[in-house]
Formats: sequence, C-alpha cells, structure tokens
Amino acid sequence: MSASTTPAPERETAHAANRSRPGGSRRPWGTAAKYLLLAAGAVAFLFPFYYMIVGSLRKTTTGDLSSAVPSGLTGTNYTAVNGAISLGRSLVNSGIMTIGVLLCTLVFGVLAGYALAQLHFRGRGAVFASLLLVQMVPFQLLTLPLYVLVVRDYGLGDNYIGMILPFAINSTAVFLFRQFFLQMPQSLFEAARLDGAGELRILWQVALPMARPAVLTAMLLTFIGPWNEFLWPFLVTKDADMQPLAVSLASFLSNLQGTVANPTGALLAGACVLAAPAVALFLLFQRHFTSTDIDSGVKG
Amino acid sequence: MTNLSPTAAGPVGGRPARKGAATRHGRARSRAGALFVSPYVLFLLVVFAVPLAYTLWISVHRFYFTAPGTHVDSPWVGLSNYRDVFTDPVVGRAFLNIGVFLVINVPLTVLLSLVLAAALNAKIRFRAFFRAAYYLPYITASVALVAVWQFLFGTDGFVNNVLGSHAPDPSWLVNSHLAMPMIALFVTWKQLGFFVMLYLAALQNVGRELYEAASVDGAGRVRQFFSVTVPGVRPATTLVVIYAIITGANLFSEPYLLTGGGGPDHASTSPVLLMYQKGIEQGHPDFAAALGVVLVGFVLVISLAARKLTERGN
Repeated sequence: MSASTTPAPERETAHAANRSRPGGSRRPWGTAAKYLLLAAGAVAFLFPFYYMIVGSLRKTTTGDLSSAVPSGLTGTNYTAVNGAISLGRSLVNSGIMTIGVLLCTLVFGVLAGYALAQLHFRGRGAVFASLLLVQMVPFQLLTLPLYVLVVRDYGLGDNYIGMILPFAINSTAVFLFRQFFLQMPQSLFEAARLDGAGELRILWQVALPMARPAVLTAMLLTFIGPWNEFLWPFLVTKDADMQPLAVSLASFLSNLQGTVANPTGALLAGACVLAAPAVALFLLFQRHFTSTDIDSGVKG
Repeated sequence: MTNLSPTAAGPVGGRPARKGAATRHGRARSRAGALFVSPYVLFLLVVFAVPLAYTLWISVHRFYFTAPGTHVDSPWVGLSNYRDVFTDPVVGRAFLNIGVFLVINVPLTVLLSLVLAAALNAKIRFRAFFRAAYYLPYITASVALVAVWQFLFGTDGFVNNVLGSHAPDPSWLVNSHLAMPMIALFVTWKQLGFFVMLYLAALQNVGRELYEAASVDGAGRVRQFFSVTVPGVRPATTLVVIYAIITGANLFSEPYLLTGGGGPDHASTSPVLLMYQKGIEQGHPDFAAALGVVLVGFVLVISLAARKLTERGN
C-alpha cells in the first residue's frame, strides 16, 4: 500500500542491479513502511500487556504518564489481591473446570472424531451436520434455558459438573480430530481390521499415536475456552469458594476494589495471574496454535 | 470433506472369498461407530437441543423461578412475552448497539487484518515475533484485558493524560456517544490477531501466477492488491462478517464489565446483557427467553444476508 506513492516501473529499473530476491530490497521505502506498519501494530497489541505488568508491580498505580515507567517495584499488589479474592482457591477452581473440559474433550471428542471419519453408522451425516451447525449457534443464546435447567432443575449451581457441562465436548476439537483421522490412509485401518483388531484398539494403537499434533492443537484451543470463560461460571457460582479466577477477578473489578490500598495495582496483578497460563502455553506451543485450526477454518 | 465414498459402500471389493468376514466387520464397525459417537450426541442433545426447545417453551408461558423440587404453574400466555420484548425501548437500543458494533468492527477488522496480513506475507525479519504479538490479545481472557482497558481509558487514565485538554468529557467509557464504539474497538483489538492469521492463511491460496499475470498487464501494486488479493481472500472476508455478527449478538463481558452494566443509561447495553438483567437479576425468565428467540432469528437472518452479500459474484 505504501508503494502507491512510488512510480513502480522507474524504481525497478533503477534498482535492477541489486535486485536479488522478489519482495526483498528492491523497494527500500516500501520495505521500511512495511516494518513501520508491523511495528506500530505490535506496539498497539503489546502496550496494554506491558502496562498491565508494570502497573501490577508499582507501589502506587495511577494513570499519569510516569505510570508507564517501571519504578518503585513491589509485589504487594499480588498479596493484596490474594487477600481480597484468594487467588489460590480461584486458580484451583479455574484449573478443575479447565481440566474437566480437556478430559471430556479428549476422551469423547477423539471417539466422536474417529467415528465420524472412519466408521460408518446410521445418522453419521446428521451428526456431522449438527457439529457444523452448533459452531454457528452462539452459546450465550442458550445460557438462560441452560441456567434454568442446570441451576434450578438439576441443582448443579456451585458445582464443578454444572460449570463443566456446557463446554464438556468442544465441537471445534471434534471437527479437528475428524479432519485429521480422515487424512490417514485407509489401508492402514483395513490392515488392522483384517488382523482382527477391534475398533477401540485400532483407535488407541494405530490412529491416536499418529494424531499427536492434532491432539495437541485441539487441547490448546480447548484450554483457552473454559479458562477465559466468564458468563457461564459467573451465573452458576454464587459461592466465592467455587468461583474460577475470571469470575472472582470480575467481582473484584466491580465491587471489591475499595478493600485494598492500591486497587488498580491489585486489579492488574489479578489480571496478570489470569492471563499468564494462557499466554505461557501460547508462547510455548505457538506453532500448534496458529496453523492447523485456521487452515481448516478457511478451507473447511 | 466429501471424499468419503470409497469405504461408504463397505469393505474393499474384489475379494469374494472374504465377503462373509467383511460384512461381519462392517456390522461391527457400524455398531462401534454408533457407540463411539453416542456421548457426543448426548452432549449435543443436553446442551443444545433441549435448551433450544426449552427456551421456545418458556417464551410462550408465564414462567417463574422456583427452588429445586417445588412446582409452580406456568400458564400459557401466547405471544405476550414477545410483545413485551418488541415494545421495550431498551431492547431496541440493544439491537441498535449490535448495528453500531458491526459498523465499526467489520470494516476495521477487514481493513487492518488484511493490511497486516499482507505485510506479514513477505520475507521479513521478526515474523514470528509479530505473529505472536498480534495473537496475544486473542488468547487472553476478556476479564484481564477489560481491567487494563478500564484503567487506560478511565477518566484519570493514561490515554486522557496523554491527550491532556483534548480528552473527551465525559471520558470514553462513561460517555453515551463513545461507550458502544469503545466496546467495538476493544473487541476489534482483541480479535484482530485471529483474523490476521486467517487472512495470512487465505493469502497462501492466492496463486503467485495471478500476480505475475496482473503485473504483465501493467497493474501496479495497489491495483494488484484490489484486483487480485481482495477477491482472492473473499472466503476469509465472509468468515469475518459472520464471526462479527455472532460476536456482536453475544456481547456480555464487555458491556457488563468495561462500561459498568451497559452504561451510561443503557447506551452500551447488549441483548445478552439484557437477558441476564431481565431474566436472572429481575426474575423474568420468560421475557429473557423470548428475547433470546428473537436474537437467534436476528442472527440467522443477518448471517444469511451477509453471506449472500459477501459471496456475490463468486
């Protein structure tokens, strides 16, 4: 886009001598503008994170310009927010909810994905169509009837099962598993079947070991859902001892800030703790986060 | 996706001697298939089908919350809940806000993510760093990011201190003209990385020969961008629009936390926030159920319309 101001043909002939690779150094201004653009984007994306970390470590956290400079650093904000909403307990609740969803998705999602890809049974088309449809139905629209059913009718309020239930099997993960099992060569499965292996054994010993990258991607994608989720656990947990961190931090944000000396610092400290696990997983497994899911989304 | 046929007809043919064994295998596989998929089907029934039917039922009855185990009659009231929904001015405001959200979010997302993806789609240094930086807000919890934004855009916040006397009054999040645009901006920022990656993947599918052909025809960089790149990534653009509609219809944490419950004076309220306030806080689940049904209808209609529009000419 920046190249729009440059008359392209003349520039190319002028620099024809040092043109080595396409898109490289032949347009110095274009390249500089590209880097400038990308860097501006990176600043816009990263500054709030930087501010979050610095603010969480400052003794007094105010909004003035000096607040972006790390000075007078202290860990007291973390102790303060821990005193107000008991971080440990909240983290355990977030962890139980997330691990419950991961386990259910891993066990039942792999089974469903394998069946949809490699097995033939009545209603397979209908199940697959529902899988695609469900991804288009926003979950929030179902929260009210689900709330009535889960909390009022089944009495599962303030209960881990109630928290996990609506997310138990991640449909995107099922879709990923299916796509992955579909790509595996038929002959492999046929050979195992002729040897008399049952389907569960084929899945466990033949398909799953080859599907490790897909499993990792699906688990990472599934992780960020329940870990970051706010609305549903907010509805089902009234007892502060049962609330996951996103919920207890939100209640700190809306009505508990007066209880600590540096409310903004404490809030940002809580935000750092909430953000850290997802960010750490992302940085560790970046490659798995970016490629597979999105390709399948576009080509789907 | 459609390439399922070779096995659909049963085991590999051409070996008549094995036919008996093969159909036995086929039956076993069909049983195993139904068995393997049944937990997922049960899940879809419990979490999607039953609540969907239940919400329809609630929406045409007078419905009260009761303690577990107790029973209160829920008389049939026809469409009166829907009438209440359509005559409530705050509901109108909430739907209008989805419109405000879409008008800001869709063009901004398409423009910024396409430009950033095009810039990333070249041989550049620090590519992995830029990708990670853009993706970070997408994987971080809304609650954590809202906390920072609230602080950045607060009355005495960092942004207003930078702007000095140019700061808006009342400040961003408590200004009835700016609250909803701020929510749209927040969501755009949070999700942009996902769409940058989406466009980056879509750009891989645009053939290099198309650019060469355009270049031979004398098209400059800008012309190439609009005549080759933009049509080439149209499927991704359709996804952006559909995701935006779904996100807009789903807004809850942002108006609830960022603008303090859809404030000021409902200026940034959303249908899901209203469902929560009316249905659960104020105890009118029947009203909220009707609102939910209207919202589903609204989402379906405008998703279909958007799909027709963005896919036109393809």
